[in-house]
Amino acid sequence: MSVIVDNLPALQVAVPLIGAPICALLVRGYLSWIFATAVSWLTFAISIALMNEVLHMGDVTYIMGGWPAPWGIEYHIDALSALLLVLVSGMAAIIMPAARLAIGVEVNPRARRLFFTVALLALTGMLGIVATGDAFNLYVFLEISSLASYALVAMGNTRRAPTAAFQYLILGTIGATFILIGIGLLYSATGTLNMADLAAKLRATGATATVEAAFAFIVVGAAIKFALFPLHFWMPNAYTYAPSLVSAFFGATATKVGAYILIRFIFTVFGAHFAFGDMHLAWVLIPVAIAGAFTASLVACWQSDLKRMLAFSSVAQVGYIGLGIGLGNQDGLVAAIVHVFNHGLMKGALFLVMACVILRLGRADMTTFQGLGRRMPVVMAVFVVAGLSMIGVPLTVGFISKWYLVVAALERGLWPVAVLVLISSLIAAVYIWRVVEVAYFRAPADDTKVEHPPALLLVPTMVLGILCIVFGIATDFTVDLALLATTTLGGAP
Amino acid sequence: MIGVIDMGTLAWVAVALPAAGAVLIVLAHRYRDLREGITMAVSGVVFVIAALLALIVLTGEQPTVVLAEPIDGLSIMLSIEPLGALFGLIASLLWIVTSVYSIGYMRSNKEKNQTRYYAFFALAIASTLGVAFAGNMFTLFVFYELLTISTYPLVTHNGTDEARRAGRTYMGILLGTSIAFQLLAIIWTWVVAGTLDFEQGGILEGHVGGAALIVLLLLYVYGIGKAALMPLHRWLPAAMVAPTPVSALLHAVAVVKAGVFTVLKVIIYIFGIDLLAETSGSEILVWLAGITIIVASLVALQQDNLKRLLAYSTVSQLSYVILGAAILAPISVAGAAIHIAAHAFGKITLFFVAGAIYTSAHKTLVSELDGIGRRMPWTMAAFTIGVLSMIGLPPTFGFVGKWFMLQGALQTEQFIPVAVIAVSTLLNAGCFLPIVYRAFFKAPASGSTPHGEAPLAMLLALLATAAATIILFFAPGIPGYLAFMAAGLIQ
Repeated sequence: MSVIVDNLPALQVAVPLIGAPICALLVRGYLSWIFATAVSWLTFAISIALMNEVLHMGDVTYIMGGWPAPWGIEYHIDALSALLLVLVSGMAAIIMPAARLAIGVEVNPRARRLFFTVALLALTGMLGIVATGDAFNLYVFLEISSLASYALVAMGNTRRAPTAAFQYLILGTIGATFILIGIGLLYSATGTLNMADLAAKLRATGATATVEAAFAFIVVGAAIKFALFPLHFWMPNAYTYAPSLVSAFFGATATKVGAYILIRFIFTVFGAHFAFGDMHLAWVLIPVAIAGAFTASLVACWQSDLKRMLAFSSVAQVGYIGLGIGLGNQDGLVAAIVHVFNHGLMKGALFLVMACVILRLGRADMTTFQGLGRRMPVVMAVFVVAGLSMIGVPLTVGFISKWYLVVAALERGLWPVAVLVLISSLIAAVYIWRVVEVAYFRAPADDTKVEHPPALLLVPTMVLGILCIVFGIATDFTVDLALLATTTLGGAP
Repeated sequence: MIGVIDMGTLAWVAVALPAAGAVLIVLAHRYRDLREGITMAVSGVVFVIAALLALIVLTGEQPTVVLAEPIDGLSIMLSIEPLGALFGLIASLLWIVTSVYSIGYMRSNKEKNQTRYYAFFALAIASTLGVAFAGNMFTLFVFYELLTISTYPLVTHNGTDEARRAGRTYMGILLGTSIAFQLLAIIWTWVVAGTLDFEQGGILEGHVGGAALIVLLLLYVYGIGKAALMPLHRWLPAAMVAPTPVSALLHAVAVVKAGVFTVLKVIIYIFGIDLLAETSGSEILVWLAGITIIVASLVALQQDNLKRLLAYSTVSQLSYVILGAAILAPISVAGAAIHIAAHAFGKITLFFVAGAIYTSAHKTLVSELDGIGRRMPWTMAAFTIGVLSMIGLPPTFGFVGKWFMLQGALQTEQFIPVAVIAVSTLLNAGCFLPIVYRAFFKAPASGSTPHGEAPLAMLLALLATAAATIILFFAPGIPGYLAFMAAGLIQ
């Protein structure tokens, strides 16, 4: 038993990694689905155990293969990593049971065999990014998750899916390559790849041209992965044309892991003093983030394809997370970290609603949503709850994030930023309420009888919807972990 | 303590019970009489609890309970003080009356979606009680927003395009002001004062001053869109597209009262009367409220649609409450609190009558009301009492609040409020008395179809509220005491 506990960090990544090829061997469709579900639940259990360890005993360090750091690869799990491990594996665990049904409609028939394999590989990659304490190891896992993600997007059942995946691949590779260049520059400046060691050596080296260049490359590369405006162009198409479940999973994980990379490098590796002092990060990040939040929200109002609307909405929410990072004070970081979690819940719920609608009605646009309030009352109820959370109504998770964000802005004396955050929430109200009106006030477009979505898809949707409220009231878990994380990360001066 | 039941428990039960009732109502969807029975039973119990709480508050206690702590250091907390007890008492009492009226209205007009109506009504009452009993500004904001959301399905009940557009105006203004202005003001207060608890003397002393204080005050006052201060009042006439019982309770009692109640709480317990007296903040409020009172009355004069006329009259009367508070004399603050109660009873009577006229005679315009007093004598008698209360004449409760506000203005030698009250009284008379004259003294238009009195349930409701308007003039009792306690005039 203690063997398992001691090796939990390795198991966190190894379990889905080994599960992936086994899935490929299980030729029968439903067998690979059951196996993938079991693997994702096991992974989720491991992440809960790790989080428990971090909360009670502090950061968890693990030496891979017994080779000591800084030459060996070290896994380092602190509060921030633990939160993200739970988020990523939790979303996988909730979504995987629903996957079998959604695949039938939304995944290209020729790709169905390998869907679960690729999904588990994507899961592996993301968990590895979050768990590792070695910069190059992070890049390796980044590539694993990225390549798997491109494949998942390409599996969409429309003719535009492969194009969207190709666009994602090009831009994502640019991002990952920038990160690699940055890591290379760091290695040449310090001679080490271990993050803790890098942190120590960089403090000693100070701000040389190499280090500054490394910072720039890594921040831009991570920003591409994070889909921070204006480096977000891969996201709308990828989220629109990927299968809805994939979009639901990505909405909660892909960009969040990008946020993690950004936070980890800015605060842990380079240090807030360097980032906000020498590199003036706040001056770059804050305007860009708030511009993104605003423009993306506005663009979302004009979309008739609802998945595309949600994609632009995600760009806006990513802007909020970026704003929290850019503000750099404790409340800002708490806002960013908490919103990473909260937005995962909200967007996951909304994309699962789309999955339900697509399963029964073929498309998710303003026409198919007509009269949905009567046809699929439970599904629309989840949409309303998650939508209210996006607007930031109290008692939902979205409100908690907004609160901390506005407090952080006011503490920095940045009035206009606080006002802009609140006004952009109202823009979210416009695009959410458009859908609510159409669903409840219009009669359905045709007379076909529509059944409720099957339980396997409906239950995960409802679970995420309920969690949007639960974590909006009982915020101990998210906020306490975020506060704990900020103490180890340190804030901006 | 009352026996084994803890006061704090009573407080959150009062808020949770209507919400639980809403669930039960949905479950009883198929059994109409059971469903209506649930509404009546729950509203009865809630009123008893609210009355108990009011009695406890009269003894000087303040029932308090903490429900959750979503933000570090900020809890959702109920803490009942005299003003809140008064509001809770009125809201719960009028829920009973309006439920009786609703049953008559909904069944006579064979309305659709009745379950949805009763369920969201209960949720709206739960939110209103949450606003009334809130112990800090954060809790109040939470329930304030819940009130907006739970009343949206009520306002858009008819499901027509007109209802949908009205719903947009409603949500747009209320949500827009609350998120852009009120939330900003609340977070600003939190950042500078470190607390959002309601405290005697306010919490902003020493933290904000000068121009920033005025800005903060305006952010609050305009952020509380439900108080319908001009020019952000448009949602109220727009919401008249709703069924009359919705207009009656929500726009004569729950929604708009939550608005001016919140303004009073902010003035008394966040800013504090002394702090406002030191700055010119109260003067600005006097002007804004005064302008709203006069302009809204002028607009009301020109309305032919009865419900729109009543809506603009409400906009005007609400600003009396703000004016009374802005005078900053304790007696006028008490008058403002009393006016919350007085206007509630008077206006709800008038809306009940409007609905009765629509149901029996299918008329909605003032110009159609010639001679209707002959056909519906009891209904129009109640209407007359409500009108007297709006104008502020004895022996109606509407006189009492205005009298105290005048006292306060004269004491502190502020003559603008005196002028405003005088002019608006004349305007109200000019607006309403002609309707009474038409109803009783003009002959009905030829060719009008005969009709009788309102259905019994509706008649009972409107006679009850009209009677209360007169009874309360002679025996202000508990509402009077609570108002004076809120103003700090008695302990």
